[in-house]
Amino acid sequence: MREGLQEIVMPQLAESLVSATIERWLKQPGDRIDMYEPICEINTDKVNAELPSTVTGKLVKILAGEGETVDVGAPICLVETASAGAPAESAPDSGDAAQPQARQAAASDGDEGAAPMSGRYSPAVQRLAAEHGVNLAEVRGTGLGGRITRKDVLNYIESGRASGKPADSRSADPARQPVRSSGLHLSEEPKLPAIEVEAAAPGSGEYFIDVSPLRHTIATRMRQSVTEIPHAWTMIEADVTNLVALRNKLKDEFMKREGINLTYLAFFLKAVINAIKDYPIMNSVWAVDKIIVKRDINISLAVGTEDGVWTPVIKNADQKNIAGLAREIDDLARKTREGRLSLSDMQGGTFTVNNTGSFGSILSQPIINYPQAALITFESIVKKPVVIGDMIAIRSMVNLCLSLDHRILDGVICGRFLQRVKENLESYSIETTTLY
Amino acid sequence: MAVMHYIDAIRLAMEEEMTRDEDVFVLGEDVGYKGGVFTTTKGLLEKFGPERVLDTPLAESVIAGAAIGAAMYGLKPIAEMQYADFIFPATNQIISEAAKIRYRSASDWTCPVVIRAPIGGGVFGGLYHSQSVESVFFGTPGLKIVAPYTAYDAKGLLKAAVRDPDPVLYFEHKKCYRLVSGEVPEDDYIVPIGKANVLREGDDITVIGYSLPLHFAMQAAEDLEAEGISSHILDLRTLQPLDKEAILEAVRRTGKVLIVHEDNKTGGVGAEVAAIIAEELLYELDAPIMRLCGPDVPAMPIHAPGEKHFMLNREKLRDAMRQLALY
Repeated sequence: MREGLQEIVMPQLAESLVSATIERWLKQPGDRIDMYEPICEINTDKVNAELPSTVTGKLVKILAGEGETVDVGAPICLVETASAGAPAESAPDSGDAAQPQARQAAASDGDEGAAPMSGRYSPAVQRLAAEHGVNLAEVRGTGLGGRITRKDVLNYIESGRASGKPADSRSADPARQPVRSSGLHLSEEPKLPAIEVEAAAPGSGEYFIDVSPLRHTIATRMRQSVTEIPHAWTMIEADVTNLVALRNKLKDEFMKREGINLTYLAFFLKAVINAIKDYPIMNSVWAVDKIIVKRDINISLAVGTEDGVWTPVIKNADQKNIAGLAREIDDLARKTREGRLSLSDMQGGTFTVNNTGSFGSILSQPIINYPQAALITFESIVKKPVVIGDMIAIRSMVNLCLSLDHRILDGVICGRFLQRVKENLESYSIETTTLY
Repeated sequence: MAVMHYIDAIRLAMEEEMTRDEDVFVLGEDVGYKGGVFTTTKGLLEKFGPERVLDTPLAESVIAGAAIGAAMYGLKPIAEMQYADFIFPATNQIISEAAKIRYRSASDWTCPVVIRAPIGGGVFGGLYHSQSVESVFFGTPGLKIVAPYTAYDAKGLLKAAVRDPDPVLYFEHKKCYRLVSGEVPEDDYIVPIGKANVLREGDDITVIGYSLPLHFAMQAAEDLEAEGISSHILDLRTLQPLDKEAILEAVRRTGKVLIVHEDNKTGGVGAEVAAIIAEELLYELDAPIMRLCGPDVPAMPIHAPGEKHFMLNREKLRDAMRQLALY
């Protein structure tokens, strides 16, 4: 037991008791008190009693005056304990009550700078400190033995005291260390870009965003694609009224069975994959003196995140049924959001599908995912008046936009391909379509 | 939505599944005329007849073996072990046959059997009516293991288990039967196998567990809220396969984790959870991973102070959670 102030708390005098009233103090500040010596009289609706001290020492301060009603477990006075042999517990049956004391002791340890744990940092604390440029010597620890907890560091960062530090280490002087324009980073860890406001140049109306490795990759690939590939674009409209009805009928049961969403994208992928099977040239690469047609249909799926776009790959997509595709989509989308895509998830794509409808687009002119031959988008499904025969009907319509490498593909073949996708989509129906 | 006890949710799940699918049947000791020693199968015999509610001899290897065989031929048996303690004679059937059939036959054969067994103590059952047997089966790939804590999950997980194409061990805590109750929809739903569930959100500490101890963790979290400590509580629900994502997400939230279960500490499910965290999240940890489990003694003592010492309770959870929060 270390020297210092000890609280004496209101004990639990009877089982159902929640509070008691102090009748009279028998000791006054400055008085010396021994263990078990009565220090005050208390009364409750059940008992009146003298309260024995749980420590030996000098009464320093009375926290609850005469006539005051105090909750069980709340402190009533402070006692300065002198000897190292004084008992630790303030009350024999107060595991709960003793704890705030422990917490206070920990905190005051920090104040004194004699905290045994203040120099022991957990991995979480070290990582946070490094990321935010926090000097841990400036952080006050509230954990056991004055230990700096993760929360202490987070609070410290939030209080703004750490804000100047990371700038110091990375781009403190914009004149000497300008933000890279090439975006070339050698770092292998794609961290979120640090957005730094130029504090050094008052009145400046700009700020710089560091180019992340992901941004850099996207930029390079996009530029390569538009530079090398002569793009052409075409669009077709499909009637997916039956598909909407089909999905509405199946989706709840599917959710129960599989635990994942049955998305339109799964049906669309299947329609595209089957069309590629009929027109394998869509699944090819330009190799200057030849065209390489890929036998495996590996679909790259464009998945957007807050800070970029990824194209994870569904391998051997032609061997999967609609349920299998829905599962793959769910899996890849989740991995993307969680930043857990592996290299193998990203490789081997032969044709790209982009679900632009998911963010409300109705028409896009996408850039081909280099070095593939084409990319198709699935736009928003919109209800529209449509002429069928000589009647006007309300139908669910969707636009499909195709970007093509004009070195490999021409209008006729792409038109046929799109017609096949359209036929596939329009032939989905409750009567004939199976998910498995 | 009706509020019902955990045990009633289990019974309702079986009744609904038997109504839905004629291939579903139950078998076990005293499940028929007696309606189960805990009344879990009460009324099923009257409703579905003796061909679908089978009273078996006192021979667990037969109960499991017959169920596994029936499952391989396309039926959907729910086999009951009267107490989890009695599952051991059936262990060979479960581990060496049920778990391996799909693998051994390259998916030509499957085994959609459900084996229910009441685990755990706290009912003064002593050595042979209180055991937690999860760790015996936990390391066997090919088995799915679920252990619900809420009444909602008790129904939803049992229905999912019946519909699952592979063997599922369903460990229900006998102390939860009438201690735990909650809202249970009277319509058809399942709780997917392999998904954990956040019972309570908080920022200071994370508690991960399954089955009865979560009841105490929830109570302790209430107590600690008053002390300014906020607890994040994750119910694993499925032990095999573990929901790794959910575990990591829950730990990432606070950096301080306490793993609780009634099964003894050494070699328990918590050891695997702790290993996953240690493998994946070293740099997120703000405190040593803590475990609060049953003691490493051979069995539940058959005297009241001994049982009290063995079982987890609100106070033990509160002390451990507070200790972690203060670290």
